[in-house]
Amino acid sequence: MSGGPGRRNTLPGFGLTMGLTLTWLSIIVLIPLAGLFIKTFELSWEQFIGIVTSRRTLNALKLSFGLALAAAIVNLIMGMVIVWALVRYRFPGRRIFDAIVDIPFALPTAVAGIALTSLFAQKGWLGAPLAELGIKVAFTPLGIFVAMIFIGIPFVVRTVQPVLIDLDAEIEEAAASLGANRWHTISRVILPSLIPAILTGFALAFARAIGEYGSVIFIAGNLPNVSEIAPLLIVIRLSEFRYADATAIAVVMLVASFLIIFAVNRIQSWAQTRLPVH
Amino acid sequence: MTDAPMPLRLATTDARTEPWLVRWIITGLAIAFLTVFVVLPLILVFAEAFSRGAAAYVAALLDPEGMAAIKLTLLVAAISVGLNLIFGVITAWAIAKFDFAGKSFLISLIDLPFSVSPVISGLLFVLLFGMQGLFGPWLQAHNVQILFAVPGIALATIFVTFPFVARSLIPLMQEQGTQEEEAAISLGASGLQTFFRVTLPNIKWGLLYGVLLCNARAMGEFGAVSVVSGHIRGETNTMPLLVEILYNEYQFVASFAIASLLAMLALVTLVVKTVLERQLDEGQQLRDD
Amino acid sequence: MTIELKNLVKTFGSFAALDGVDLKIEDGELLALLGPSGSGKTTLLRIIAGLDWPDSGGVWFDGENALARGAGERHVGFVFQHYALFRHMTVFENVAFGLRVQPRAIRKDEAAIRARVKELLDLVQLDWLANRYPSQLSGGQRQRIALARALAIAPRILLLDEPFGALDAKVRKELRRWLRTLHEEINVTSVFVTHDQEEALEVANRVVVMDKGKIEQIGTPNEVYDRPATAFVHSFIGESIVLPVNVSDGRVWVGDQALNIKPNGATPGPSQLFVRRHDMQVGPAGSGLRGSVRYVRTFGAIQRADIALAAGDGETLIEIDTPRDRELKQGDVVELQPTRFRIFSA
Repeated sequence: MSGGPGRRNTLPGFGLTMGLTLTWLSIIVLIPLAGLFIKTFELSWEQFIGIVTSRRTLNALKLSFGLALAAAIVNLIMGMVIVWALVRYRFPGRRIFDAIVDIPFALPTAVAGIALTSLFAQKGWLGAPLAELGIKVAFTPLGIFVAMIFIGIPFVVRTVQPVLIDLDAEIEEAAASLGANRWHTISRVILPSLIPAILTGFALAFARAIGEYGSVIFIAGNLPNVSEIAPLLIVIRLSEFRYADATAIAVVMLVASFLIIFAVNRIQSWAQTRLPVH
Repeated sequence: MTDAPMPLRLATTDARTEPWLVRWIITGLAIAFLTVFVVLPLILVFAEAFSRGAAAYVAALLDPEGMAAIKLTLLVAAISVGLNLIFGVITAWAIAKFDFAGKSFLISLIDLPFSVSPVISGLLFVLLFGMQGLFGPWLQAHNVQILFAVPGIALATIFVTFPFVARSLIPLMQEQGTQEEEAAISLGASGLQTFFRVTLPNIKWGLLYGVLLCNARAMGEFGAVSVVSGHIRGETNTMPLLVEILYNEYQFVASFAIASLLAMLALVTLVVKTVLERQLDEGQQLRDD
Repeated sequence: MTIELKNLVKTFGSFAALDGVDLKIEDGELLALLGPSGSGKTTLLRIIAGLDWPDSGGVWFDGENALARGAGERHVGFVFQHYALFRHMTVFENVAFGLRVQPRAIRKDEAAIRARVKELLDLVQLDWLANRYPSQLSGGQRQRIALARALAIAPRILLLDEPFGALDAKVRKELRRWLRTLHEEINVTSVFVTHDQEEALEVANRVVVMDKGKIEQIGTPNEVYDRPATAFVHSFIGESIVLPVNVSDGRVWVGDQALNIKPNGATPGPSQLFVRRHDMQVGPAGSGLRGSVRYVRTFGAIQRADIALAAGDGETLIEIDTPRDRELKQGDVVELQPTRFRIFSA
C-alpha cells in the first residue's frame, strides 16, 4: 500500500527532481511553444485568415494533408500485409525483413531523401523503367507520395505486430471449431481485435507524413501550388523574413497534429476498455 | 525483434493459416514492398558513394568541409545526448518513483516534441531568438549569438530528442516499482547510494536504449537544424545539412559519401537496438518469475 | 526494544487505512498483526519502518520519537512481502549491502564485512548459495536471504510483511517453525503481518487482530481463539457457526425456540450467537435447537454433519463436528446444545 495525498515520501529527491524536470521542460519545450502562440496573437484574425487562405498556402496545406492521408492509407494496407507475413509465416530472411522495417525510423531523413530521389529520378534504377511506361515520379507530387509512404512504413507494422503476436491462439481455434471458415475468422474475430492498433498506427503515420520535411523536399520538385509541401513553405517564408506567414502556417499544422495525437490517445483508452478478458 | 513465441504445431494446423496461394501472395507482396521502398534506397546510398571508387569516397570524407560537418555533428550530439541523458533520468525518477496528481498530463507534455514537425521545431527557436523574435533584440544588444550558431543547433536538437531517454525509462522504472529502493533506504543507504547501487544497475539497458535512439536522432536531425543553422559553410553545417548542400550542387559522390556514414550509423543503431531489446526482454522475464 | 504507537491515523484519499491505533510492543516479543486485506496491518508495519508516514499520532522507540527519523536512521530490519532482493547482486552482496553503505567513519573493513555476511548466511543455513543471483533461488531461499539481509544491520526491531505469503503450503509450514526457532535464537523484537490466522496463532507470542484500520483484540493465541473479544474476531479466527438470536427474559431465542443456555449477561435484544463447530453438540431431548440431518461424512473419529435448522424464516444450514459415538443418519431430527459459545449484540 503506498501513495495518496498527505504522504511524506520514503524515497528521497522528489522535490529536487520534480523541480529540475519542470524547469528543463519549460526551457526546452513549453516556453518555445508558448512563444509560437504569442507570436500568433500578434496577428489580427483577418491577417491570420488572409495568410492561411492565400492560394499558395492553401495549396501547400492541401498537398501535405491530402498526400499524407493517401500515403497513410497505403501504409495501413501494406502495413497489415507486412505484419501478417512477419508474424504468421516463415520464409527465408524473415528476421532481416523484420529488422528492416525500422530503417525509415533510423535513417536520417536527408539521406532517405536523396536516396529516394536518385532511385526514382529519370535515370535512376526504378525511375528509368518507370519513365519508359510514361510514369514520372521524381519532382512531381507522386514523388512526395512515395517519400511519405517510405517514412510511414514502420508505424502500422510496429503498433499492430505486438498485438497480433499476443492474440490468443485459442480464439481462432474456437472460431474454426464453431464452423467459421478462414475468411470469417479473420474478418470477424482477428481484425476487430486489431482495430485500435491499426487506427493508432494509421494516425501516427498520417501525422508524421504531414510534418515530414527532409525525405520529401529532394524528391518533391517544390513548384509553388503544384508540388510545394507546407513545411517547405514555412522554410521559404522564414528565408523571406515573413515570420508572420511562417507562424500562421505552423499553428495550423501544429493544431492538426495535436488533434491527431489527441485522437490517438482516445483510441488507446477506448482499446483499454475493450481488452480481452483473460 | 525477437522471434514470436509461436508453437509450430499451431502454425501448421488448418485452423490458423491460409491456403498456400494466399500465403505466397502476402509474403511476396511484403517482400517486394519492403525491397522497393527500403532495401533499394539503402543499397543505393552505398552504391552511389562508391560509384567513383574508394579513393573518391575517402577524399570526400576528408574534405575540410566534410570534417567540419562531422565534428559539428559529434559536438551537437554530445551536448544534446548528454543533457537529455541527465535530465531524462531525473525526469524518470520523479515520474516513476512517486505518486502525484497530473502525472499523465506531465507525460503528455514530455511527449509533445514527438508530435511537432521538425521544421516547426526549428521555427520555435527562430521565433524566440531571431531578429524579429521575442528575445532577438536583447540578444543583439548584448552580442549573444544563438541562432545560426552552435547553441541554436544544439537547442533545436535537444528539442526534437527531448522525450527519448525519459520515455524509455519511465515504463521500465514503473514496472520495477519502489521496493528495492525502499529496501536500500531502510538498510541505511543514502539517496545517491540507492540510485547508483540499486536503481541504475536495474535500468542500465533501458537507459542505453534511450541514449541510442536519442543519439541516432540527434546526429541525423535535418529539418529543425536546417531552420536554425543558417548554412554557414564549414561552420554551422551538420552532416545531414552538408548532404543537402552537396546534393544540390550535383556533387553526388561527396553527398552520398557523407550520407553513407549516416546510413551506417542507422544500421549500427538498429543492430544494437535489437541486442538491447533482447536484454530488456530477458530482464522482464526474470521479473516475471 | 519497546515500541509504542499512539493514536495513529492514516488515510489514503477517503480510505482510512488506520483509524486511531494504539499499541505497545514489548521487548523481545514476536508479535503478529492479523487481519483481512485492507485492515491496515501492512500500513502499520510500514509506518513503524518509516516507509510510510501517519497523518497524525506518534511512534516511540524506547521512548524516543521515531517519526523524527527517516527509514534509514531507524535501524529497522524490514523483510518485504516479495523480498525486494537486489536482482543484479549476488546473495552475498545483497546481505552485505547494509554494511557497505554505512558512512565511512563507522563502516567495517572488508574482512569484517565478509565475516559478518558469512555468519548471517550460516544463520539462515544458506552459505552455499553466496554466489548465486536471486533469480536462481527458490521462494523459500529468497525469503531467508531477505531475512539475512535485514539482520545484517543489527536491527533493533525486525518487521516482516506477509513473510510466508508467496510460498507454497509445504515450504510455508517449514519456514514457520524455522522463524520461531530463529526468533528464540536472536531474540530481536519482531512484528510480522499476516492474513492467515493459523500462521499467526502458530508462530506469534501475541496476536493483534485488526479490521478496517482498528485493533479488534490484542492477546495471546489462546486468548484470541478461546475468548474472542468481538464478533469480527470470532468469525475471522477459526470457523464459527453464527446464528441470529434474540436475548430476552434471561433466555436466548432462535426464532421461537429457546436454547438451553444462559445468556451470561449479554445485553437483551437482537444478537448473534457464535459457536465453534466442535462446540455444537447433539444434546438430549429438550436442548431446544431442533434441526434435521441433511448429510453426514466422517473423518476418523469425528463425523461432520449438515444440519438444517427450522428456525426463524426459512431454513439455516449449519455444519457441526461431533464424535462418532452417536452415529447420525440422514433424516434424523436432533436437538443441538452449544457447549461453549459467545453472544455479541447485533
